[in-house]
Amino acid sequence: MIGGPPKGLRARLPILYPAAMLVVFFVIPFGIMLAVSFFKREPGGFYTTDFSIGNYANLFTVLFGRVLVFSILISAFCAALCVAVGFPFTYFITRMRRKAQVVWLVVLVSVLSLSAVIVAFAWSIMLSQTAGVSNLLVWLGLMEKAVSWSPGFWALTCGMCYIAFPYTVLVLYPPMSRLDPHLPEAAQTLGASPVTTFFTVVVGSLRSSIVATLIMVFAFTLGTYLIPQILGRPQHWTLSVLITDEAIYRSNLPFASAMAVFFMVVSLALVGLTMLAGKAKEPSPR
Amino acid sequence: MNTRSRLFWSILILGVAALVSQPALAAEKTLKVGVYGGYFKDSFDKHIFPDFTKETGIKVESVAEPTGEAWLVQLEQASKAGVAPADVNMIAQVAMLKGQKTSLWMPLDLAKIPNHKNLLPVFVHKYPDGKVDGIGAVSWYITLVSNTKVFPAAPASWGDMWSADKKDKLGLLALASNSFLLEVTATTFFGGTQVLDTKEGVQKVLDKLAAVKPNVKLWYRDEAQFEQALKSGEIPMGQYYHDVATLASKEHPVRSTFPKEGGILDSGSWAVTKACKKAEEAHVFIDYMCRPDIQKKLSLKVGTSPTVKKELTGLTDADFAAVSSDIKPIIPRYDIYTGDMSDWINQKWTEMITK
Repeated sequence: MIGGPPKGLRARLPILYPAAMLVVFFVIPFGIMLAVSFFKREPGGFYTTDFSIGNYANLFTVLFGRVLVFSILISAFCAALCVAVGFPFTYFITRMRRKAQVVWLVVLVSVLSLSAVIVAFAWSIMLSQTAGVSNLLVWLGLMEKAVSWSPGFWALTCGMCYIAFPYTVLVLYPPMSRLDPHLPEAAQTLGASPVTTFFTVVVGSLRSSIVATLIMVFAFTLGTYLIPQILGRPQHWTLSVLITDEAIYRSNLPFASAMAVFFMVVSLALVGLTMLAGKAKEPSPR
Repeated sequence: MNTRSRLFWSILILGVAALVSQPALAAEKTLKVGVYGGYFKDSFDKHIFPDFTKETGIKVESVAEPTGEAWLVQLEQASKAGVAPADVNMIAQVAMLKGQKTSLWMPLDLAKIPNHKNLLPVFVHKYPDGKVDGIGAVSWYITLVSNTKVFPAAPASWGDMWSADKKDKLGLLALASNSFLLEVTATTFFGGTQVLDTKEGVQKVLDKLAAVKPNVKLWYRDEAQFEQALKSGEIPMGQYYHDVATLASKEHPVRSTFPKEGGILDSGSWAVTKACKKAEEAHVFIDYMCRPDIQKKLSLKVGTSPTVKKELTGLTDADFAAVSSDIKPIIPRYDIYTGDMSDWINQKWTEMITK
């Protein structure tokens, strides 16, 4: 049985279940969205069944282009930041005793139980003038007077990285804990400094995991719509915020669907390009 | 009979008994009422629904409606499937008009709502052909609010929002159709909302409104977000709901001011979708809500402005002043958010604030 292709219905049953779930919870909803994106918007009403590309034609505006570019850039930036901090962080965790590792991972996973609303509100208070950390800095004599850091670009970055960070570590942890400890040891025996070892051996041998994590965090942060509303100024609203506005506040579902479909195509294309680039640089199999 | 089969039979009998008793349970009259989640739902659950049930025997199950038009979208979709997520819904005016276009609302029978005679005429909402599709549920003001510690003197005009000393100090609602700032700007600087009849007029108003942007720290969609910042003084001025601001003023340094140009008078209507199967109970409920004593109770306990004529409510002048004002209100131009210009206005609005 092992190694051979499954034979008969019984052997295929285990795969049928996830396949059915994928169809019910992903393919069908996406199909509906795709269909709605071609429907005709009734101004001031709802929509009528139709086949029109008008919704896609309406995408070609300066506003849409600017917001699309900003959404992609901030997600890419957050992905880079999360991996830059998360990579050494995960490396240190894997170097700890087993018990300590478990504690760290449990703490990180528990962060995931917080909803985006709570995270965003907490950050907006922490970065506020009246109750925020700047008051602490004033008390320590590091600052002249308390200032407000939210809403703004860096507040938004903090919020987005905060919710993406646990995922970063959880994705990096398995390949990193499997990394053979003899590799860095060998490098150091041969005279490399710990820093050189880290960048050449550890980073080098985990390059494909890093690319995978970047893509994962990028795709994950693209979808956030609550955090930019609370921690960002209007110029920092991402495409997800505009899609929400169209769908929820203006009941313009066809246009919202068109935006969502286009957004997905662009981000998939970017992910594809990144993977191609990652593959090209990948050393030939050992 | 062994234990296991005895257990099986007992469960079967219990199940059958439960099925048989279903009609008996259904005989109890119930009504699902959709109310804006949060402050309104909490207040209605506490002050209105229990007394209604006591009087009529109709049990109310309240449903929290999400803000914006999300509820309208849900009602539309559900109605196509012949389902009503709630029997009676509190619906904002823009959503009322949008629902009209798809004939979502069930025409109401005024003969079954005798108390409609108490209402101010504006609160009987009609289809273009004259059929009634909504009855005023509550009305409320959006006013100019400020933190009394940061601004010891109360502002007098909406125009104060444009002054240079308000830099980065304002919190305003994020959308054209819920902030009604186009109407505010038009009334304050262009002599009234009729300037919004044309695209050129709207553009002029938008240009004026763009000048307030450096003063705006937060464009909010979620009320809680601004309320918290207003109380603490983090964002010491802005537009907000008069009822909640007045409630907050009892414990926090917050004040709500009717500017000399008038507060924004917005309202919600009771509406029933065509998919509703409890039309009788729905009419009883809507009629109950039009009673002057109930509207008085709403004003006193919830802080909303009455939908019935002032003299019928028996509210004292002081009580009335707390929830309303004799200054002529700014009435939102709901028509421009549902007419041919609506998508254009929304796009220009988003371009203006995100630039």
